[in-house]
Order: sequence, then structure tokens, then C-alpha cells
Amino acid sequence: MTELNTMETTVQEIITALKDKPGALLPILHAVQDQLGYVPADSVPAIAKGLNLSRAEVHGVISFYHYFRDTAPGKQTIHLCRAESCQAMGGKELEAHVKQSLGIDYHETTADGKFSLEPVYCLGNCACSPAIQIDHDIYGRVTADSFESIINQAEEIA
Amino acid sequence: MSITIFVPCDSTAVSIGADRVAKAISQEAQKRNITINLVRNGSRGLYWLEPMVEVVTEAGRVAYGPVEVKDVTSLFDANFVNGAAHPLYLGLTEEIEYLKKQQRLTFARIGITDPISLEDYISHDGYQGLSNALKLSQADIVKAVTDSGLRGRGGAAFPTGIKWNTVLNTPSEQKYIICNADEGDSGTFSDRMVMESDPFVLIEGMTIAGIAVGATQGYIYLRVEYPHAHKALNTAIEKAYAAGYLGDNIQGSDKTFNLEVRLGAGAYVCGEETSLMESLEGKRGLVRFKPPLPAISGLFGKPTVVNNVISLASVPIILDKGGDYYRDFGMGRSRGTLPLQLAGNLKNTGLVEVAFGLTLRELLYDFGGGSATGRPIKAVQVGGPLGSYLPESQFDTPLDYEAFAANWTVLGHGGVVAFDDTANMAELARYNMEFCAVESCGKCTPCRIGSTRGYEVMDEIIAGQALDKNIPLLRDLCNTLLNGSLCALGGMTPYPVLSALNHFPKDFGIDDEANSAV
Repeated sequence: MTELNTMETTVQEIITALKDKPGALLPILHAVQDQLGYVPADSVPAIAKGLNLSRAEVHGVISFYHYFRDTAPGKQTIHLCRAESCQAMGGKELEAHVKQSLGIDYHETTADGKFSLEPVYCLGNCACSPAIQIDHDIYGRVTADSFESIINQAEEIA
Repeated sequence: MSITIFVPCDSTAVSIGADRVAKAISQEAQKRNITINLVRNGSRGLYWLEPMVEVVTEAGRVAYGPVEVKDVTSLFDANFVNGAAHPLYLGLTEEIEYLKKQQRLTFARIGITDPISLEDYISHDGYQGLSNALKLSQADIVKAVTDSGLRGRGGAAFPTGIKWNTVLNTPSEQKYIICNADEGDSGTFSDRMVMESDPFVLIEGMTIAGIAVGATQGYIYLRVEYPHAHKALNTAIEKAYAAGYLGDNIQGSDKTFNLEVRLGAGAYVCGEETSLMESLEGKRGLVRFKPPLPAISGLFGKPTVVNNVISLASVPIILDKGGDYYRDFGMGRSRGTLPLQLAGNLKNTGLVEVAFGLTLRELLYDFGGGSATGRPIKAVQVGGPLGSYLPESQFDTPLDYEAFAANWTVLGHGGVVAFDDTANMAELARYNMEFCAVESCGKCTPCRIGSTRGYEVMDEIIAGQALDKNIPLLRDLCNTLLNGSLCALGGMTPYPVLSALNHFPKDFGIDDEANSAV
């Protein structure tokens, strides 16, 4: 089976399972992104058809929410908190270090495809600022040094 | 006596190593042939002491912290499993000053129980409120909540009982309860703690709300940034269904209440209730015009209660102990307790639930212990990213909705973020405008365009360009945002921006006199 066919089958299965929920679009988009890592543009027509929406409406929803992405992410996504509590504890310095260390800016992926970097506005970890999240794992009181050891470990696990 | 050891599973405790500590304790116990019962409890919210390990002794639970993996061997050597002395020994947990001085009502069980154990929940007074509610008429449940004086803890402080009463008295075949768990306000984490550390209390509160107003379906709209809370809620909901606390015929009462968690997708504005409902309906999270009020025409056009996590989690104790019990805490029109979250540059960060009326200074120094860096505290932002920055001269403001409003500040969701004297308030004001630009839903012009113009003007001010023109321009822009925005995002972004300008003009390159002239 080609890659496109696999994607189509996955998306179709998700639509069939969830389309009858009230307000089904967000649950469907979450399920697609959980499975595929992103919501491919090619999946939009099927989702629109399944929910009796226009493609423009589905695209509009995907583009409204910061969390949904329409391009494949790196192997792991690093969310770096930019909010006030983290700023009060050296978050800006950490932000500069992370960008420099990975060689990328926000919304970009490293050339080797290992990490994507996204900003986040609060992880609720404000008692141990500054904080980052790698996939589902949260790290508190992150420093430039500890960031390096965290991503080294993350690479090993991945 | 068997040995019971507690290591929190709370995500902040985990973010600084609680999982690794739990694993090390298990392994070390096995190595030494000591049988232990390791419980992953919630966090007590004393985060500077996390990972905080507790051991059950005859005198009560004793604590050790902050524990790192490297400390585990020495803890065993010192016989900590029997509560013996060690450099990390903190004494009886309940006697720790920070905890002892609090009045924990909503957080009564948090950090004590295993969050996803229904047995633990019930044996610690859980489901007493529901049990009482099932014996009352709908109007009497609403009355108890009204009598308690509970006001919306999400930040708007609207009386919860009045909202419920409107939904109760709006006839409809279908009504909804929505829990707003889109805790996007930076510097806040009390909702997260409740959902991770005591998910059943939220489920119970929502069930009572559903029965009170005649709603059979509830949704918890949870932010996607909280994967630990998501897992805890889903596990707890499953257990509540299995034990007859959710679904049809709740505890043999003929009442029905179904509950589902829905995930947001990283949009701050979806914490605004009408935007949240659009999102739940599967649309872009655009803010709706009000009226109609959600209580009359809300989710899918039906009467809907939208309450914050803390509001709903406070309902079980009100129904358990009575509206009067809750109302007797607090001051003025701010009744009950407020879970405050100490964050940012403070030594003793954590969760402090106290009756309204304490001053900000007491909170910052008696609880918070002053700044973490040891430098003077320059400013404190209370109430999230739309809250004002308070200078030292306002630290004696009592924590009370009306006292804060009189200062042009807000208590909001109770987040308290401290900054030391290295903070640049102009940079922070620029950030506040940028945040508004990133998160604006785009429906109203003042917010959509004003926020972008706002950080552009701030860039010029920070560069020291044409201050005599740009400062009045910034004020004028803030005025437009304040008065012309559809919701609180655009309408309150001027709070942090103008409070920074008014209290810290030097950071904007102007001296006090020049500022008052413009």
C-alpha cells in the first residue's frame, strides 16, 4: 500500500468512529494528529465530506488553533514556555540558548529532523519555572545545561 | 505495621524528578528486602520541597524533601521508612507552617489521597455532597450554592448560584454543564492540581450541578497542554461510571448525568466562555456577542452552565457542610476561600488556599518567603496575563475582589507571579501586547489590529524613539482596546500594559513628571 493510501485509510477510520459525536471536528483533528503527527492537507476533503462541511470550514478550524499543524513535525516536539512566570526566572535566556543550540527558530524543525520547536504560553508548571515540554513530558527549572542533558536523553529514548 | 510511602504523581513534581525518585525508592527497598506500599499521591502544593516524600508513622505522616535520586540510599540508611531523622526531614507534614496556616476547603484532600482511587475519595468525605444533594429539590441545591456566596473562580467572579438559577428556570429538553478547564492564564495551576490530584471532586461537583439545573450532559473542556490531567480525568470518569456515580440512575436516584472530556487545541481565547462553546461545537473559537447569555442560549443553542474547575470543585464541600459553613470564611462580598498560586521569582512557590482577606504582602513574604533570587521584589502580576502589575506600594491590598478592583487590579484566577528588580516592565508590556496579538480570535478590530500596533509602538518606545508622541499614542490605543473590544482578551490587555507604564515610567524611558504631563 502506498503512503497516501495508508493515510487515507487511517483518516477514514477516524472519521467513521467519531463523526456522530456532537461537535466532532476537534476530536477528529486530534485523533488524526495523534496518529499521523499532523493534519495533512490531503486529509481535509475526506474530513469535510464526513462531517458535511466545506473544505474551507475545516481548513479554517485547523488554521485557527495553534496546536494543529499541517506539516510533519520532527521526531520530537519541544514546547518552550514564553509566559511571565518563566520570564521571571530566566526564560528569555533559556529561549535564546535553545534556539541557538538547536539552530532553529519557533515553528521550525532541525535539519536532521529530530526536533521541532514551538512556543507555548504556560504549561501550568509555574511553581518550577522555567519549563519546557517534550512530547508529553514536562521539565521544570530548566537551565541551559540541563536543557542539553534533557535533549541528549530524549534523543536516546527516541 | 506495614510501610506506606507517598511520592507525588503531580506533573510539576514529576517535572523535577518525582518519577525517578519513586523508581529509586522501589528499587532500593527491593534490594534491602523491605516490603513497602508505594502510593503515588497528589501534590500538597509545597513545590519548593518537591519531590516531597511522605511516610506514614504512628504520629501521622512525616515528610522529607526535596528528595533527589542521590538521597535515596541515605534515606534508607537513616531508616526513613520508620520516620527517622535525616537532613531532609521536615517533620509532620500537617505541621509544616506553610500548610498549617492555610484553610483548605476545595483542596481538602489534595496531596493526601491517591487521586484515582475512588475508595480513597469516598473514605475522605467524597460524595457526601452528592448524597445530600440527591435528597434536596433542585431549587434547594441552587439555594445552597447561592447562600454560600461562591463566585466564579475563573476570574470574572460572577455569583455561581445566580447563573445556576437562570439555567434551572429556563425550560429546555436538553441543558449542558461545561467545566472550563482551559486554564490558559499564565502563572496559574490550581485547576491543573485539582484535575491531577483530586479528579473525583470535579466530577462530583459537575454531577451536582447537572442534577441542580436539570442537565444530563457535561463536558470538561481541557487544554491540550495538560496531558497528565487528561489521563487522570479519564481514569476517574471511567471508575465513576463503573460505580454508578455517572450515567443513568445515579446511586439509584433516577437521575442521569453523562460526562466527557474534550481537548482544546492551544488557543488561549477558548478560555472565554462563548469562544469555548464555539470550539466545543467544532468551530473556530470566535467570541460570540452577548446577549444571549450562555445560561439561556449556550452550547448548541441550549441553556448551559459554564463554570471554572475551582468553582465546580468547591460545590461538593458546600453541599456537604452547607452554604453557611463556606460563607463564614472570607470578607466583604468575597466569601469562602481562594486557592492562590505563588509563581515566578519566589522562594516558596506553591498552592496557598486561604480565606479572602489576607494581604498580598503577607502572601508574598509570610508564605512566599520573598524572592527566589534574594533581590527585592519589584512587581507582582496578579490574575494572569490580563492582570495588572502591582508595585510595592500596593502590596498591602487585601485579597478581595472589590479591594483589588478599587486599585484597577484584578484577582482573576488567583495567579501571583513575582518579578525581582532585574525585570524590565517595558519589555513585559511589549510581551503583553504581543501575547494579545498571537491569541486574538480576530473578530473585533481593537483587539485584532490594536494588539499588533501595540507591540510596534512598544518597540519604538523601548528604542527610545519619539516618546512625546508614542506614549500618548500607547495610552490612546489602550483606551480603544479597553472600551471597544468584544471580550476580556482585548479589553484587559491594557491592565498589564498601563499598570507597567503608570507604576514604572522609568522603564519606558520617562521620569515621573513627564509621565504625568502626558
